[in-house]
Formats: sequence, C-alpha cells, structure tokens
Amino acid sequence: MHDKSIVQLAAGLRSGEFSSVDLTQAFLDRIGRYDGILNSFITVAEQSALKSAEEADQRLRSGTATPLTGIPIAHKDIFCSDGVKTSCGSRMLDNFIAPYDATVVTRFKQAGAVMLGKTNMDEFAMGSSNETSYYGPVRNPWDQASVPGGSSGGSAAAVAARLCVAATGTDTGGSIRQPAALCGLTGLKPTYGRVSRYGMIAFASSLDQGGPLTRSAADAAAMLQVMAGFDPRDSTSADRSVPDYSGSLEDEIAGLRIGLPKEYFGEGLDPAVARSVEQAVDEYRRLGAELKEISLPNSALAIPTYYVVAPAECSSNLARFDGVRFGYRCDDPKDLEDLYKRSRGEGFGAEVKRRILIGTYALSAGYYDAYYLKAQQIRKLISDDFRSAFEQVDVVMGPTAPGTAFAIGEKADDPISMYLSDIYTIAANLAGLPAVSIPVAPVGGKPVGLQIIGNYFQEGRLLNAAHRFQQVTEWHLARPELFYKEDKP
Amino acid sequence: MSLDRSDVEKIAHLARLAVSESELEAVAGDLSNILNLVEQMSSADTVGVTPMAHPLHMAQRLREDQVTETDQREHFQSTAPATENGLYLVPRVIE
Repeated sequence: MHDKSIVQLAAGLRSGEFSSVDLTQAFLDRIGRYDGILNSFITVAEQSALKSAEEADQRLRSGTATPLTGIPIAHKDIFCSDGVKTSCGSRMLDNFIAPYDATVVTRFKQAGAVMLGKTNMDEFAMGSSNETSYYGPVRNPWDQASVPGGSSGGSAAAVAARLCVAATGTDTGGSIRQPAALCGLTGLKPTYGRVSRYGMIAFASSLDQGGPLTRSAADAAAMLQVMAGFDPRDSTSADRSVPDYSGSLEDEIAGLRIGLPKEYFGEGLDPAVARSVEQAVDEYRRLGAELKEISLPNSALAIPTYYVVAPAECSSNLARFDGVRFGYRCDDPKDLEDLYKRSRGEGFGAEVKRRILIGTYALSAGYYDAYYLKAQQIRKLISDDFRSAFEQVDVVMGPTAPGTAFAIGEKADDPISMYLSDIYTIAANLAGLPAVSIPVAPVGGKPVGLQIIGNYFQEGRLLNAAHRFQQVTEWHLARPELFYKEDKP
Repeated sequence: MSLDRSDVEKIAHLARLAVSESELEAVAGDLSNILNLVEQMSSADTVGVTPMAHPLHMAQRLREDQVTETDQREHFQSTAPATENGLYLVPRVIE
C-alpha cells in the first residue's frame, strides 16, 4: 500500500480496496515503527489525521472527492497549520501553535488530503543538511550515517522511507531539489509566485517558493495541481491560470532542445555524479531530444550573490521574532532591550544568527550599495544568462548537487563548504525560474539527482520531461530496503 | 573583508541579538569567511546594470482600501508570552 503512487492510491480508495482510514493508519504505523531512526517528523498529528481520513472516506462515498482526497501527506514545519505546532525547526517557535492555516495547507484541506504531521527541517530553512534543526538531525533513509540534505530534509526522508505518500517543501536556494537529489526523489521548485507564500514562514521573500517532494513526476503533477494558483493574500502571487499538469505528462519530447551549461560540469563536481548525469542526458538523446552545450557565464557569482540577498532579507524577516507577540521569551528580562536580545540570542541557533548578522551588516548604513545593490545587479546578470539560454533551448540540464549525501557532521562546522552544496541550485532561485530534480543512476548506493531548469511557468514541461524519463528508467522506483519490509499483518 | 570582535558587537546590537563574550571571536571568524566569499561579487562588472528587485519584474499589487479581516485579537494573542487587557506586556519602558 505504501509503495503506490497517488493515482494508484486514488483508484484503490475509489474501488473500495482500502479506505483512507486504513491508509492513514498504515502510514501512522510506519511512522511509529521507523521514525525513531529517521527523526523526519517534528509533530505527528495522529488524531486529526484519522479524523480527516474519516471525512475523506465520506467524501469518497458521496462522490465529491478530488484526486488528493484521502491521500496521506506531510507538510514541512514551515507551513502554518491551524491548531498544530509550527516550529520552523527552531527553539524560537517550539511553543508556537499556529493560529491560522497557510494557503498551501488550506488548499490541501479543501482537496481532502490527510495531513499526517509536520516534518523536520533546518532551522528557519537555513541549511543544506537538516543539521541546524533544534529537533536534531534527520537521517538519510539510504544511509543512516548521512544527511538527507536540506532544508526540507524531513520531508525528503519521510517520502523516501514511505512514511507518507508525498510532502511539501520550500526552496530558497535548493531546499527542495537538493534533498530530493540526496534522497532519490522528484522535487520541484515552481516559478516564483506560482505557489502562495501566505502562512509559509518567510526566510528570503524574493527567493522563497513552496513545492512538492514526491516519488515520481506524476505524483508531483498531482501535488502541484493543488498547490499552484493565485492567492490575493500573497502580494507576489502570480495572477495567471494553472494548466493541467497531469494532462501534459505524456506530451511528446522528441525535438526537445536541452541546454547543457558547461559551467555545471566543471571543477567541484564529483566525477561519478557527472557520469550519472551524463548517462541520464544520453537517455534523453535516445528519447529524441537535441543536446546543445551552452554557457551561463555568471554561474560562479550565484553563491556570493545569494549570501548577500538571502541573509539581508532574512535579517529583515526575522526581526519579527522579538519575544513580545509570539514565540520564545527569555526568563527575567531586565529591560526591553534585554528582552529582545536574549530572547533572540537564546531562541535562534548558530546558523540563523550568522545569517541575521551578515544581513544586518550588508544592509547597514554605508554598506548597502556595496552589498545589497551590487547583489541585485548581479542577480540581473544571472537572470539575463538564462534569458539568452532559453532563446536557444527549451530546458537546461545538469547535476542538482555536486556530490551524494555527505556524512552527518562532515560539514557542520564549516559554513562555507556547506554553502557550496547548493552551487547548482541557487541560480534558479535568483532568477525566479522553475526547476525539478529527478533521480538518476546512484553512486555507491546513494541517490544522485538530475536538475532540469525551465523557463518561467514551464512547470508542465519540466514534469513532462521528468515523466518521460521515468517511463523508460527505473531509478525513481528504487527504495531503501530497510524501510520497505512489507508490513506484517 | 575581515571583522573583529567590536564589529560583531556593533552588528549584534543593531540586530538586537545577544552574542556572548565567549562566542565573539568565533562569530567574527565565521562572518569574515562569509564576507570573503561574498567579496567575489566584486569581479562582476555591473556598471549601468539595473538591479533586479523582482524575478518577474512585477509591480506590487494593490488592493481596494476595504476592511477584509475580522477582529481576532484574542485568538492571536493566545500565543503571546504575556498579555493583559488585550495588550502585550513587556518590561517597564517608562519609569
């Protein structure tokens, strides 16, 4: 049951093969059995999940069900969920019961999906390994000594280990795609503005975007169909219609023009990962795609630029955590300033503090032009690189991450080396473009991701290209055996 | 670009973030390393380049000036550390 796709599960729910309550209980049992090892959930909402499942079963009987009705999913703990703890992986929000739903959460509720719980993540989504979480690291289902990637590491581990059918994530610099790559999943970061950010705790507002982590492109299409769409409550939400993502999965891809940026295959890329990615690209050639080497000349500037833009916006967004209106408050503040400083000093972890400090510095008087303004200008150059590329090709392909999952602790004390694990994913955020990571041939038993970047609002085409690949390959069907023993009756 | 302890103290004050004496040195080192990474931006020629404020060059949407939200003060204040009579409590500010 836990290895079926969303479409298969929806069919099973309709034929009466199993109920949503059966399905939900089966996943809750799996969480109970395996999450002690993985630590992928911060909160398991057992009672409300079973209640939603009962409602879903009624809806299935009454004929008002949607494709997601009764399907057990999980939300990254960055999405506010009414009445449920929403921690963002931080001590700062350890006591925070969200008083409202994020639009993404509302949309899944309306679709009748069952929320099993909230998944672990890097604190405030700042990290690439899930090690900055206040709730401890998440383990990679493929190798428990390794990280699952981050920041949506809990969502990735939970989906990979079949503790939920699919999960939501957010991606500011690679936080959906990199964990998808490291855990062998399909992870999609949509175009900036495609998915509402309302109720999604803000990190860097001009980069943040929610999206799905799933086991296949077809599942991602079903998830995105629910998530995408205009929301008047998000002032940067794109007011344009949402296409039928599942409907275009089977479109022909012969003649698809694929650009291979030479900057994405150079120094810093693990040669074995490069071979896997090249093999996958070759598969596309066999499917009739045309390959073309291209150049994205400003690629090397993406990381430096990101580490100005993201911290600057984070320092501003995280100013709201002041110990006054919600969240952590220090004991016995001697005055207001002490209350602010110690609540924040004790409530935030080391990486969040580093980024707040860098951002504060970059935005401080006298430095704005040299840092933030300069970064916004380079952002334009990076965006122009893609603009030229998309005049010649339909999609851009390359590795998602420079290597496979690294050991827990390996990069934890070296922020810079951690930052470099997002070297291929950050540019899509800076430009606001959609991009998907799909699993290709593993290296040393660990998953590898192929990244496909598309032009604005081309999510349908990305999922189509991903689906076509998954029809002729089986990498996305590989499963971590430990978590796959068939449940004993 | 290298920051020292007193720079970190100044920035931490601006950010209203307590950084303990014992952490200052390490934080200064970390921040300096990040600024060195960021320094690579200087290799880009950005003369005359328009800064990109929004990925889709969209203008901020405006809405009608109408009340759309209901009063949920009590509901939202239920998550606050300390409140009284609908107000948030903080240490005494005015003697």
